[in-house]
Amino acid sequence: MSAISALTRPKRLRAPRVAGVSGRRPAGIGGWAVLLILALFAVGPLIIFVFAAFKTQAELVDNPFGPPAKLLWSNFADAWSQAHMGRGLANSAILVTGTVVGTLIIAGLAAYAMARLDLPGGGSVILYLLVSSALPMQMFLVPLFYIWTQTGLYDTKLGLIIIYCATLSPFGTLLLRAFLLTLPRELEEAARIDGAGELRIAARVILPNALPGILTVALITALAAYNEFLFAVTFLQSDAQMPVSTSFFAFQQSYVQNDVLIAAAGLIMLLPMLALFLVLQRRFVEGMANTGMAA
Amino acid sequence: MTAPTATLPKAAPATRPGSRPRRRRVSHRTRLVAWLFMLPLVASNVTVILWPAVQSVYYSFTDWSGVGSGQWIGFDNYTRMLGDEEFKSALYHNLIWTAVSLVVPMTLGLFGAYLLSRVRRYQVLFRLAYFIPYTVATVVSAAVWQTLLSPDNGLGSVFGVNFLGDQDLALGTVAMVNTWAFWGFLVVIFLASMQSVNPALYEAAALDGAGPFRQFVSITLPSIRPTLVFLVVQTIIWSFLAFDFVFILTQGGPAGATDVLSTLLYRNAFANLEAGYASAIGVVMALFTAIVVITYQVLRRVRKWEA
Repeated sequence: MSAISALTRPKRLRAPRVAGVSGRRPAGIGGWAVLLILALFAVGPLIIFVFAAFKTQAELVDNPFGPPAKLLWSNFADAWSQAHMGRGLANSAILVTGTVVGTLIIAGLAAYAMARLDLPGGGSVILYLLVSSALPMQMFLVPLFYIWTQTGLYDTKLGLIIIYCATLSPFGTLLLRAFLLTLPRELEEAARIDGAGELRIAARVILPNALPGILTVALITALAAYNEFLFAVTFLQSDAQMPVSTSFFAFQQSYVQNDVLIAAAGLIMLLPMLALFLVLQRRFVEGMANTGMAA
Repeated sequence: MTAPTATLPKAAPATRPGSRPRRRRVSHRTRLVAWLFMLPLVASNVTVILWPAVQSVYYSFTDWSGVGSGQWIGFDNYTRMLGDEEFKSALYHNLIWTAVSLVVPMTLGLFGAYLLSRVRRYQVLFRLAYFIPYTVATVVSAAVWQTLLSPDNGLGSVFGVNFLGDQDLALGTVAMVNTWAFWGFLVVIFLASMQSVNPALYEAAALDGAGPFRQFVSITLPSIRPTLVFLVVQTIIWSFLAFDFVFILTQGGPAGATDVLSTLLYRNAFANLEAGYASAIGVVMALFTAIVVITYQVLRRVRKWEA
């Protein structure tokens, strides 16, 4: 990118002041207005949802969209106990941790083999990964359910973690492989000449240098596992196993009339990931952009 | 990516001359190690994806109920689909969903990204705002809109309409909720692509008197075509596989008005004990995805869309 701007610099010098109307200027007031309206469309519903979480149900009927007259914090306590948010969050924490660790191990090893060990047939592996990550889950959901009930993995967090790891690791592998390819080979060649084994090289030389890529995969995987719904609702059935997404869903289905408590429970579910996202948004967004570009 | 490629030799001792034969021996051994490293990926992938997918194909030719084993019935499940009104209506709803998703979020995404690419101030802030809905779990997004549209205490009561309960409005409403949830993702990817367009092109166009809209059509769109085509293809595939919002918001109702292939499959597999038929629907959906992906790849080769 810096190369491009360096190339264009002389051009700007050649046409110095005509560029007052130049290409890279914003589209004026109208442009800003559209940007603001779009931002309102994106964030407005969430803000109204936050307002709702602090109202009484009666207040919500009188004033559906505006800010609450006073902050009713007790909604959160009620939602916490009635929607079993504590249990759900604890289960989600286990699912997310297991999925992130598992995916990083699976994808990290595979990406290392593909990028660094000259995996025989590596090209067809990449093709297979692209195909299998494009394969809709509808294609394997039904027999998988049967296998899981047969093997006792149904209704266990371990069973769901395995599914998440398997479905998320193709993408993780491709992303980490692309990242590893940007690291200079001299790094591990030297260690190899010194007689270090492959595991040692991977752990001591590559791992520290690949941390930004690993963090990106970890974040995207964590978000995906935390928010996932279809597998969770299909493969976990007992209340004790439910992550926050399906226990929130169950709560929502059972209390149709109590929108304020649903809003409070929704906010409790939203907060951990929103906080993580806001802190690390650059890595999130760039990681997403790279994933989109990768395929 | 933001890789610090310049952080070279932290612990790299000088390369010794004459290390060639040793290296070759090592690289021979690494082949085995390479496949060992692949083992967890292959094992998990085969267990969860490949083997059940192969089974799906087999079950699609049986009357399997979901437990035990089924009878081989040939193509009966597939011919049944052709006459199944529920299937046809679900397919039709997927087509509408696709059309909505190709028009509304695409327009919003392209427009938002183009405007953002032309501002420097607050760009990160706006991008963040647009992207937030994409990070919200579908269950929560669904609750956000259920509250907002509520016929008792939301837009529904203002307009006197039951958005999710009206047969004519429900599908469009659910598709709009889906739009809200994912257009910000399109903005982020379009923006990344637009930022790599050579600014000299815009300056030349501006000198020629082209306004912002003209520049968008003649410079931005052609420059980001690989990304645009890729996202169009993705959107078609996602639209065909849509599940979460329909399942959460309407469960396919009212009276089947929002039923899509995924919810039809789900109902057949887990409520109607028609796992064989459900498998056949899954196979058809996978075939459709495959056709879209192959068409895309062929077009990409033929027309050399590689950026």
